[in-house]
Amino acid sequence: MDKKKVAEYIWEIPLDQKPGMRVPARIIASDALMQQMDEGVFNQVTNVACLPGIRQYAWCMPDGHWGYGFPIGGVAAFDMEEGIISPGGIGFDINCGVRLVRTDLTVEEVRPKLNLLLDALFRNVPAGVGKSGFVNLNRKGFEDVITHGASWCHQNGYAWESDVERIEQRGCLPGADPSAVSDKAFKRGIDQVGTLGSGNHYLEIQVVAFDDDCDRETAEKLGILRDGQITIMIHCGSRGFGHQIGTDYLQSFGPAMRKYGIVTNDRELACAPISSPEGKKYFGAMACAANAAFVNRQVITHNVRQSFERVFGQQPERLGMQLVYDVAHNIAKVETYQINGKPTKLLIHRKGATRAFGPENPALSDIFRQIGQPVLVGGSMQTGSYLLVGTKKAEELTFGSTLHGAGRVMSRSAAKRQVRGSDLQQQMEKEGILVRTASFAGLAEEAGFAYKNISEVIDVVHKVGISRKVARFLPIANIKG
Amino acid sequence: MIDKKYRFTIFEDFATADFVFDAFGETLSDLFVACAEACFFAMTDIDKVSPRHELDIELGEENRDELLVAFISELIYLKDVEKMFFSKFNVDVSPDGRTLCAVAGGEHIDYNKHVIKTDVKAITHHDLRIKEENKVFATRVILDL
Repeated sequence: MDKKKVAEYIWEIPLDQKPGMRVPARIIASDALMQQMDEGVFNQVTNVACLPGIRQYAWCMPDGHWGYGFPIGGVAAFDMEEGIISPGGIGFDINCGVRLVRTDLTVEEVRPKLNLLLDALFRNVPAGVGKSGFVNLNRKGFEDVITHGASWCHQNGYAWESDVERIEQRGCLPGADPSAVSDKAFKRGIDQVGTLGSGNHYLEIQVVAFDDDCDRETAEKLGILRDGQITIMIHCGSRGFGHQIGTDYLQSFGPAMRKYGIVTNDRELACAPISSPEGKKYFGAMACAANAAFVNRQVITHNVRQSFERVFGQQPERLGMQLVYDVAHNIAKVETYQINGKPTKLLIHRKGATRAFGPENPALSDIFRQIGQPVLVGGSMQTGSYLLVGTKKAEELTFGSTLHGAGRVMSRSAAKRQVRGSDLQQQMEKEGILVRTASFAGLAEEAGFAYKNISEVIDVVHKVGISRKVARFLPIANIKG
Repeated sequence: MIDKKYRFTIFEDFATADFVFDAFGETLSDLFVACAEACFFAMTDIDKVSPRHELDIELGEENRDELLVAFISELIYLKDVEKMFFSKFNVDVSPDGRTLCAVAGGEHIDYNKHVIKTDVKAITHHDLRIKEENKVFATRVILDL
């Protein structure tokens, strides 16, 4: 497939490279990252470019890798009248995302108690397959959760008032419709609120480690003050509830596609017109799952704060445990962009990509209006993570989107062939990173070498200008689902 | 990796983030059993899962591909709702591939007894197409982890 460089770090696959492409595909990557990308990425991003109602470009971010339907790292905008909504452009784990909690603690204060702290966290935050959470909900209670999102947490004692404005879209996607959710999804999700899940999901204790080119002034405004400060990062999503909604609608969209005469290159791109009853119903169900995920990460945060309180004998408020921000990186949202000089409402699909609104964007809470939206990028559990901020350039270029993580380069099996989970745990302890895991096999799959070099990926989005580097965090302890 | 004990082949390097396997069976029913075993093989050592509790499954779909997706989806759903791993499957797929009756045998997930590998979120439709060649039914399946 022909890929031509149209600007520094921007590659384009033109319309003539695949029959049916409605827009060109564009990939953001350095030469080296482009070479690392598997051919599946180019095939999938050009399949996305064939979908009805797509506008401007089908994008893939530099952490992109082979997914199903959309590539991971895929961003696409669809016209609200002519366009489609696709579960394959969002992922089964709807509103998988990342949040960052700051503290006033230093690494010197935390190190001596790290084992105790990790044990407390491992007890209070259920991780791994088949685990239930500690929040007991009946059906009505769970309907409130999925309708109201983060504000439910505040009303029920799981969130501070200041948390809600520090969550993307205040932790509630409008349009949630519990009647669009199957009984199966209710049954699968009702007891999983406050659970980490499995796979690449984690809860990490980190230390601030500024790079030379980080923006310390912006970091300070976000509560990240100095090297050695302790932060906590949480990466997880909507659990079985979202997975079931994805499963349900992928199945039901087959007949819908026949009804509306839509043909796609991949069954995983099953979709329905946004304006159709089927499309609206999926949006309503997807919003429920998005809200469930915001609540999931908030309840985990509550349990993290309680664990710190127990270990350090001080209230979380005294420990300065404010939420820095919470982002979704598997989601579809209605946003307005200039198309042919006119403000146009579009449905932005982000699958393994993060919203990155710049300063002055009216969708941002007042506290972020001047600096832009915080963007949280989780790296591998050995190499560190980043706090960035969104930019106007992202709004102009990539539908207000940037990357979401380091991006895998090695399959899970290949990683397991290279290292045993128990050996990796010992190796990480020597590196100063303590680990608790629900699964040693799962731990090996997440080894640092299975991922792209996060600094290289971050450098690309920083240089392209679709987000700005603010702070870096290195892991000192990790709970892996 | 070719697992001779089971009737599936795991593709270790095909997809970076997912679990990919090819499954085989002399009948459609055998193929469905192989896929179910592979799905739980991804999550645990199924030899250590005793089939002491049995659950009945009845499903109907418009074709055999969709029926397989529905069957594996049902097992993934039951894994979460019943908190069970399954290891023994009796499956009877109708000759037209549109309905099935099955019994899944397993037990409650026990972190002291079972090997925990990972969780399976869902079965994808990617590359899934049941083919019949030389009296063997086969398909590729990609599970989202």
